[in-house]
Amino acid sequence: MVRVKDRWPPGHARTPAYLRGKCGIVERSCGMFNNPEQNAYRLKPDGRELLRVRFTMAEVWGDAAENPDDILEAEIYEHWLTPLD
Amino acid sequence: MPHDHLSPSGHPYREDNDQPLTYWQTMEIAVRELLVEKGHITAEEVHAQIDAMDARSPAMGAVVVARAWTDPVFKAALLEDGSSACRDMGFDIGPMHLIAMENTEDTHNVVVCTLCSCYPRNLLGLPPDWYKSREYRSRTVREPRKVLAEFGVNVPTTMKIRVHDSTADMRYVVIPQRPSGTDGYSLDQLADLVTRDSMIGVAIVKQPGV
Repeated sequence: MVRVKDRWPPGHARTPAYLRGKCGIVERSCGMFNNPEQNAYRLKPDGRELLRVRFTMAEVWGDAAENPDDILEAEIYEHWLTPLD
Repeated sequence: MPHDHLSPSGHPYREDNDQPLTYWQTMEIAVRELLVEKGHITAEEVHAQIDAMDARSPAMGAVVVARAWTDPVFKAALLEDGSSACRDMGFDIGPMHLIAMENTEDTHNVVVCTLCSCYPRNLLGLPPDWYKSREYRSRTVREPRKVLAEFGVNVPTTMKIRVHDSTADMRYVVIPQRPSGTDGYSLDQLADLVTRDSMIGVAIVKQPGV
């Protein structure tokens, strides 16, 4: 299990707001990519592992979930994830 | 009022684009002209690149799907590494990182990009306008069943929906389920059935004649 960090730094980030603070499991690793938070400002980007994280709709939307068992998956960079195991 | 005038077809004339350029339109022209002036690229190369992008269409993806339906070894390779499998078929998909997701009896996949409008352009060509709309982007992650129903796809509650939010570097193509009644079909006949929307996950591939 991992949790998406509930951080709100200024500037460009590719972690959707609606997933911050939510828990999921790693579906797969996509490999290393340039950190978009540096890339966006033409800073020399560090390599970051990109992970696909699987969430349940119940986790993302709580009682408002349309169907709690449906799945949502998104790509999240490693520095936005806290391992929970 | 010019916009009250209708063309002979009964449709209003489109207004001329006489308004000033936006900041980014000006920037694009300035950068392009500088690159040409300094000899880094030519106007012909720019045009050739636009042509190359316009030449990409859902037909490329349809061929990939048809092959996945008929060739289990290829399907396994496509699910393992979407980019390599498409390149091995001879498609120039550039540097795109592609993931293929297979619809099954149990699971229906649908693709969205909530942050902007990421789309597998190098395989399917330009995205439809609705894909970039705020409604599609915000609602598909929140109420995918309702959105799919509006597209005419009613996913039974016995099936799971898997929404893929294309948030970063990967691009997605859905392998729809092969319709029944297509057993003797050739690759070309199968590819003709595969629509753009079915590869985004907002349509199913219909049995011909049904």
